[in-house]
Amino acid sequence: MERNDDNWLLRVRNLTKIYGEPSENTLSLTGPMFNSNICPETDSIVACAGIDFDLYPGEVLGIVGESGSGKSTVVKLLYFDMEQTEGTAWLKPYNDGLQNILSESNQKKRYIRNHLMGMVYQNPRDGLNFRFSSGGNIAEKLIMAGNMHVGNIRERASDLLNKTEVPVQRMDDRPSSFSGGMQQRVQISKAIANNPPLLFLDEVTTGLDVSVQARVLDLIRELQQDLGIAMIVVSHDLSVIRMLTDRTMVMKNGRIVESGLTDQILQDPQHEYSQLLVSSLL
Amino acid sequence: MNILEVSDLSKNFNLHILNDKKIEALKNINFTMKEGEIIGLTGKSGSGKSSLMKCIYRSYLASGGEIIYNAKAGKIDLVKATDHEIIQLRKTEITYCSQFLSVIPRVTAVEVVCENLFRAQKEKSQAREMAKEMLEKLGLPTSLWDAFPVTFSGGEQQRINVARAIIASPRFLLIDEPTASLDQKTKDVVVDLILSLKRNGTSVLCISHDEYTLDRLVDRRLALHLGEIEQLQGIAG
Repeated sequence: MERNDDNWLLRVRNLTKIYGEPSENTLSLTGPMFNSNICPETDSIVACAGIDFDLYPGEVLGIVGESGSGKSTVVKLLYFDMEQTEGTAWLKPYNDGLQNILSESNQKKRYIRNHLMGMVYQNPRDGLNFRFSSGGNIAEKLIMAGNMHVGNIRERASDLLNKTEVPVQRMDDRPSSFSGGMQQRVQISKAIANNPPLLFLDEVTTGLDVSVQARVLDLIRELQQDLGIAMIVVSHDLSVIRMLTDRTMVMKNGRIVESGLTDQILQDPQHEYSQLLVSSLL
Repeated sequence: MNILEVSDLSKNFNLHILNDKKIEALKNINFTMKEGEIIGLTGKSGSGKSSLMKCIYRSYLASGGEIIYNAKAGKIDLVKATDHEIIQLRKTEITYCSQFLSVIPRVTAVEVVCENLFRAQKEKSQAREMAKEMLEKLGLPTSLWDAFPVTFSGGEQQRINVARAIIASPRFLLIDEPTASLDQKTKDVVVDLILSLKRNGTSVLCISHDEYTLDRLVDRRLALHLGEIEQLQGIAG
């Protein structure tokens, strides 16, 4: 069969984030084998280390693991919310994938973020500006992506709110007056406003009640089907991972302990920690 | 042409959380399957039928051996293929229909059945029409079409599951107990639907305990016993 491995959208190699001063032994003295991400020599903290993966267009990749395993760190580094200690990432639609996006200038990083990425945070306050109306929030993203025509922006905003089932007549209300599920849907509208090829979702259903959770999951699934957006879904909830993702990486103590097709991770986990995780599923 | 060539396939489970307990699920599995053939996998519970099917679909990682699948783009070993390659094959030619329905909670029956059509970029209203036609054939009451399958009875869920699997006419279908909780009339409909796929070239590997289904449906049988192939029977064997 013809191999089309060059077709990746995002390629990440050796992505590493360490807090504090590492010693030369920090990486070899931390990780799942030691059940710790704190260096015994320097007390530096390895949030994540040696993260390698490829994401293909339209594919949904899950990152699962317990609190503190480093899963959110991975997406925050890739969305430039924090700076990596080491590592490289290439994004195909940017410079044909030839330039390490993590070493670009802040100005270029902003461009990449505004034009090629979307992010949905667990807390809507991180992704939305609560001083703006919901429509204003979407407009903000559209303006940053280079749209200047007010009429077009309003039309696009109402389209997006429609798609995410937020009542359009509430377009001029501030998100602070919305329920948690609605805030999350506004945040999703904002994140996809610029038609990004890549969307990050960080624990987006955590804290929502189950009926709202199901609607948000359904929305994400539908957007994926309709728009073919590639996604990285971070969650500690295996049910969310099972419903949304094609592939999954299991993280523990800042490292990837196993990666594979999502159904394989759930039905035939290889690593001791993944086996424990799956067998704990309710 | 062979659609599938399985050689020396084995599968062991190594349960780290149970003191590294080992379970041998499959050993020394060898068989080939012709394009357009329907093979029935039989054997007692625990004989390895589902394990074999899951190794082929790659829900299980084989411990040894080869599973050569003759894809449209050429031969590929499903044991060694990359995750990305498997995802592509699942999107375009290989479909697996498990014994139990697994769906997102608040998606209607019609939308669930449409899933593989949407994936194949079929136009939405057209896809929904096809789904309704399929549900009608399977005798699912129209009142349930816009309801949520998680609330359905076992037989109703089974029909949704089968409908979803066959609607996009996969090239290779792996199907686990398609008629288990169905009445006689619906069993016949399911068998007829699978036979019509076969006429259009689909190859089918089917697990069943039901003699009637096996008699009507399969070209030959592959009996498993304690993880090994016991005997080959039937016309093409």
